[in-house]
Amino acid sequence: MRLTVNGTPRTYDGDPAQPLLWYLRDELGLTGTKFGCGISACGACTVHVDGTAMQSCVTPMMALADKKVTTIEGLSANGDHPVQQAWAEANVPQCGYCQSGQMMAAAALLQRTPRPTAADIDSAMSAVLCRCGTYTRIRAAILAASAGGR
Amino acid sequence: MTTPSDLERREFLRQLGVAGLVLAVDATGVHRLEAMPAFFAAGDPLQPSVHLSIGEDGLVTVICHRSEMGQGIRTALCMVMADELEADWTTIHLEQAIGDPKYGDQNTDGSSSIRSGSYMRFRMAGAAARQMLEHSAAAEWGVPASTVTARNGAVVHAATNRSLPFGKLVARARTLPVPAAPTLKDASQFRFIGKDVAGLDLHDILTGRAIYGQDAKMAGMKIAVILHPPVYGASVASVDSAAALRVTGVERVITLATTPIPSGFQPLGGVAVIASSTWAALQGRRALQVTWTASPNDAHDSTAYRAQLEASARAPGRIARQQGDVTAALASAANKVTAEYYAPHLAHAPMEPPAALASVTADGCECWACTQNPQAARDEVAAALKIPKEKVICHVTLLGGAFGRKSKPDYVVEAALLSREMRTPVKVVWSREDDIQNGYPHTVAFQHLEGALDANGKVTAWLHRVASPSISSTFAPDQTDLSDGELALGILDQPYAIPNYQAESCKAEGHSRIGWYRSVSNVPHAFAISSFIDELAHAAGRDPRDFILALLGPDRIVDMTKVGAVKPVDNYGDNWETHPLDTARYRKVLELVTKEAGWGKRLPQGEGLGVAVHRSFLTYVAVVVHAKVTAQGEIVIPRVDIAMDCGFAVHPERVRSQAEGAVIMGLSNAITSELSFRNGRVVQSNYHDYQVLRMSAAPRELHVHLAASGGPPGGVGEPGVPPVAPALANAIFAATGKRIRTLPVGRQLAGAQ
Repeated sequence: MRLTVNGTPRTYDGDPAQPLLWYLRDELGLTGTKFGCGISACGACTVHVDGTAMQSCVTPMMALADKKVTTIEGLSANGDHPVQQAWAEANVPQCGYCQSGQMMAAAALLQRTPRPTAADIDSAMSAVLCRCGTYTRIRAAILAASAGGR
Repeated sequence: MTTPSDLERREFLRQLGVAGLVLAVDATGVHRLEAMPAFFAAGDPLQPSVHLSIGEDGLVTVICHRSEMGQGIRTALCMVMADELEADWTTIHLEQAIGDPKYGDQNTDGSSSIRSGSYMRFRMAGAAARQMLEHSAAAEWGVPASTVTARNGAVVHAATNRSLPFGKLVARARTLPVPAAPTLKDASQFRFIGKDVAGLDLHDILTGRAIYGQDAKMAGMKIAVILHPPVYGASVASVDSAAALRVTGVERVITLATTPIPSGFQPLGGVAVIASSTWAALQGRRALQVTWTASPNDAHDSTAYRAQLEASARAPGRIARQQGDVTAALASAANKVTAEYYAPHLAHAPMEPPAALASVTADGCECWACTQNPQAARDEVAAALKIPKEKVICHVTLLGGAFGRKSKPDYVVEAALLSREMRTPVKVVWSREDDIQNGYPHTVAFQHLEGALDANGKVTAWLHRVASPSISSTFAPDQTDLSDGELALGILDQPYAIPNYQAESCKAEGHSRIGWYRSVSNVPHAFAISSFIDELAHAAGRDPRDFILALLGPDRIVDMTKVGAVKPVDNYGDNWETHPLDTARYRKVLELVTKEAGWGKRLPQGEGLGVAVHRSFLTYVAVVVHAKVTAQGEIVIPRVDIAMDCGFAVHPERVRSQAEGAVIMGLSNAITSELSFRNGRVVQSNYHDYQVLRMSAAPRELHVHLAASGGPPGGVGEPGVPPVAPALANAIFAATGKRIRTLPVGRQLAGAQ
């Protein structure tokens, strides 16, 4: 099967049941996408599939034929996506482990809802856990990166 | 930000070729981090300390010996060094130290990195190097040393408008003796210390390039996942690995010996599946058929165990602190109040499950791990492999959260044992299930408190009994109640002016590994103490804030030799002279937080404010929680205020972020999290049933009020956590009249409104 990862065409002929997470991390070396739970309970593995936020730990490779996958490494060329800029400005990360998933979820939210309400943000972002407790800064950073904040 | 941008620093490093190395690390894993010294120019660098190296090319390498897990220590130590050195921030290059006693204590726990010596050690190192560079420039120009000044990466002779960059002075400076007592800067001259500086790891985190333990890799590396014994003390009885070995990619199944109880830092044992990929290893583990030997902990059950703790705490225990005659005072009380509190086991559940990569060869063992404690990792690996520890090199990656879990290097030992067996590098990957079910749970505690009020509502007696299994039970046999060190976390050091006081430690045997968890026993102790104060306040008909202020008594330093402690009371490893128990600092954070939170304001039905104050890790914290309980019994938190006096704040921006995180973790502890045992096994397995706070439940507003009083630095990572749970419980009481005495709150409030 064929798919595109961060703009690069790829072919895959391995175990069709293998989750995208392990293909990205073990085979492509794209370790920015993190392993947190393996059961779509924490969102650390969130990537975009055709522009939609998906949890790669439960997305089997067989579901990705002809799909476009974007990971944190492909979110922007120079780390300057509005979400990344807002995250830097607010000094959001602590340990940083969940932040790839947080930013990918936030970028997908803003793509589909450029002016999110507080409820929109909580609804979209509650799928991504942060044990360090950066939630209030994430909320502020998303508002800053939104169409209303820029 | 008040400093040159991180981009400028990265550009400088790129021009030196260092950034190229950083990119190479991205492509190949962490193995090449140690290639760094090759990038120095021809001459040897100036190395006045194990923490500092200045090259003739001007590159200033700061060697950070503490682990980074989100508290910002890598940046903070660079700030301290750069400030005293008068370095140009753009020339700072950060290097993570391997585990080596030459760096002193590297165990990054106890909120100790700044407070316990690194702050002054880094200042002294930077100041010594600055003085050596200044003397070199003065000699170069033939002028008195007193007429030159280091400034932003160069030494300047203002009278003649001459300047030499540090790199040009290194050759001469390294021939000078290192001054033993260099002149430190006055605080008014600080350029980085006490200022807000962007984190040095921020860019890598934002672009997905940061390398954690789970991300470590080496050529030829295999992946291992381990089926651990489900009950502490059990070992493998039989293994049927046929199905596992049929999984594509699985290469071997290896049985690991179980370390006998108490197992300390050594592994639990079990069955390892080694494969060419993580997915194959996980699939292989699922296909294993394993039976286990019996364990003395097979019958451990959290419900039955709670009943045991209750019985234990309702009877006299070992007296650890005694003032006056608590029995007589309770008997003659105008109003006696009794309350009991239960706080369950907790799991650290850092977002990154433990992971370690090890490569064992004839030369020894080299490992890479997300460890808080690389020296312990080195020692334990050496012990397990039966090789000298000088032959073990332990590199430290970034840590994706840790909270105490990653001080225990059992997973690093597992990787080393498996690498030796496989004769290849092996990375051990813990899954979330391993992390929740096979970790080092935070202790569980049942506490029985009795208080006496006189006719004026003044507290005349206080009895505090705690039954809680000790961390010591994981490391030594026959440890059947809390150690004095654990009792010192909130109980032996409680500051209140109560004439008759008694603290007792009651029997509580451990049936699992018990480990330290962010704030350790302060978590249950503060919950009981600050909840009980609130109960007493209401029994006395007093406002809780005013009641706490009265209980603190007049501003004073509490003489810890006169509080009736049976043994000297530990002060987080520091001494009571430099870090006394100061009731004025409790008062000030309490007054600040209640003022900022609008204490006393009128709130709608079903809403309330709760307050708590607690000192831990030498830092004073007060919290006000505004809680609202819905008709369905759900908790909504419109606002939390937290005031913190940590003495001098070296990196205020990260102090604030730690306080924010402590509030969220404290709310997780209070509202959702519980680890429990049935048939000796942990009941919960992943984030669906071991629940931690999600954004939807986070406070709508979270306000941090730094009340840094400017004295010697206290800890920052942990002290924000303990007052959060009691402040919440007290707010729930104010909102609903329902007293929370068992954590987590969970569904206890259904029908409360």
